[in-house]
Amino acid sequence: MLNYIIRRLVFLIPVLLGVTLIAFSLMHLIPGDPARSMLGEKATEEQLEALREELGLNDPLAVQYGRYLGQVVTGDLGKSVKSDISVAEELANRLPATFELTLFAMGVAIFVGVLAGVIAAVKQYSWFDNISMTGALFGVSMPIFWLGLMMIWLFSVKLGWLPPSGRLSHEIELTTITNLYLLDSILTWNWEAFWDSFKHLLMPGLALGTIPMAIIARMTRSSMLEVMRQDYIRTANAKGLSRFPVIFQHALKNAFLPVLTVIGLQFGYLLGGAVLTETIFSWPGVGRYVYLSILGRDYPVVQSTILVIAAIFVIVNLITDILYKYFDPRISYD
Amino acid sequence: MSAEINPTGHPKAGTTKVKASSLWLDSLSRLLRSKTSVIGLFIILTLVVTAIFAPYFATHDPIEQDLLNRYAAPSSEHWLGTDGLGRDIYSRIVYGTRISIQIGVIAVGISMVVGVLLGIIAGYFGRWIDNVIMRIIDILMAFPSILLAIALVAVLGPSLTNAMIAVGIVGVPHFARIVRSTVLSIKETEYIEAARASGVRNGEILFRHILPNSMAPIIVQATLSIGTAILDAAGLSFLGLGAQPPKPEWGAMLSDAQEALQTAPWAITFPGLAILIVVLGFNLFGDGLRDALDPRLKQ
Repeated sequence: MLNYIIRRLVFLIPVLLGVTLIAFSLMHLIPGDPARSMLGEKATEEQLEALREELGLNDPLAVQYGRYLGQVVTGDLGKSVKSDISVAEELANRLPATFELTLFAMGVAIFVGVLAGVIAAVKQYSWFDNISMTGALFGVSMPIFWLGLMMIWLFSVKLGWLPPSGRLSHEIELTTITNLYLLDSILTWNWEAFWDSFKHLLMPGLALGTIPMAIIARMTRSSMLEVMRQDYIRTANAKGLSRFPVIFQHALKNAFLPVLTVIGLQFGYLLGGAVLTETIFSWPGVGRYVYLSILGRDYPVVQSTILVIAAIFVIVNLITDILYKYFDPRISYD
Repeated sequence: MSAEINPTGHPKAGTTKVKASSLWLDSLSRLLRSKTSVIGLFIILTLVVTAIFAPYFATHDPIEQDLLNRYAAPSSEHWLGTDGLGRDIYSRIVYGTRISIQIGVIAVGISMVVGVLLGIIAGYFGRWIDNVIMRIIDILMAFPSILLAIALVAVLGPSLTNAMIAVGIVGVPHFARIVRSTVLSIKETEYIEAARASGVRNGEILFRHILPNSMAPIIVQATLSIGTAILDAAGLSFLGLGAQPPKPEWGAMLSDAQEALQTAPWAITFPGLAILIVVLGFNLFGDGLRDALDPRLKQ
């Protein structure tokens, strides 16, 4: 197992190198002069030259890439051209917000998706199966930015139940430890902050989780249906085991492997989808940061943020592969 | 279609009439038996007909402004109300079907042509060519798709064409992987071996023998990708990185209407519903097509 993990980590190196190459190329693919593109038409020649020098754009490409790689390896992700703040610092502040949102969205998606998929499979062709799978079909076709806006209209504008934007109301005070507000409010025993941050998290989390929820539900159902036809399930039923352990201990554990693959892949979708969700709900995470940087043509920020998100995605996929072993001990890693 | 079969080959032996069928006819009949795929097909046909006859269906010019009638509620004059510049939302949605089809065809066309070419070359030639191509595919797949599309448009500049190119590039890895795995199994079959032994050139084997036999998964992937491409391109336009004003693109319409969320919810409701219905149509049809072309996958 350890050998497998080490081998996979070694295989990650060329992929991550490729990712850095693409992220690096982004800035050099800009048609025309990147400095002009960042500073706009009104910039003077001196300002442009200063920026070119600062970004090292006057050096040969290979030298620039080598320097960029050296910086990335040492954790230096560059500075924002607009604010002069270090990208690593900004990301450290914003990543917890995005993590909180994606973890919440994924948690809801897995809980509801797996449960709906299992019930739909056990009660195949029942009204629950029909309704949940029709819902799942709508879910996978849903433009989440539209769903988000409709949620704001209904729950914030019309009913006034939930706040339309942000992570925490201004009047609420919270001592941050991890910057994951839900967790911090539990750690500091601050239930007012917990309830407030939960209300802020609910709409963006549900909007972001809709598509993964639908995909997980469909995959769980089809995988469960296949497993439930196997002989060992028939044997478990025949020897009189009650329905609950047969479904959840025997069937679901074996049906979970393809679901796990989908969960791993959906995590990447969530990181990408966070750009849209965070923009709609003014969620101060990495997605909104990268979006605002694109609008502001702050390419060093775009470059580094995309690199970090891709690296997280690759690592999550690795963790998914490792988790396979738990769900299917027959898998050999040799 | 039927054919006379003489099992013994003897001229005087009795013949039996059997029904001849093909993969495509069988699949078509399976496809049309599925209610959900027929609904999907109906939605797609409606979209195509609306796009072709948009000037006949539309009640107003989609870009004509009427500033005295900003955010007018749905009425007999404006069936789905008007937007922030007084433009008729119904007519803009009708004309928007043309853009959706354009996005679906062009973006998925790019993914398909490049992906199929890479997949077929990687699968057929194997060895280092396969290794190089598949590592590039792995790297492309290391990026969450919408984020890669956003990054590409950020570089290329915001426009509908660039959004379609970006969404097309993002879809390449899916086609490449599917085609590669299909080619890997087909190239080991006897008829390919026979073609190779009889001196048929690689190009001919690839495009006359292997490609036509790999079409089923490519068609399924293309149909399912159209829905995703429309969603992604609408997302890009929503962020201001796709279609630019005054194009009646549905994602851009949603983006424009955000400011009036409290006062004119219709300006947001209908373009979003249009996206949902069209993507649903392609997903329903794609699901049905997959089940019809490969019944083993049907659960």
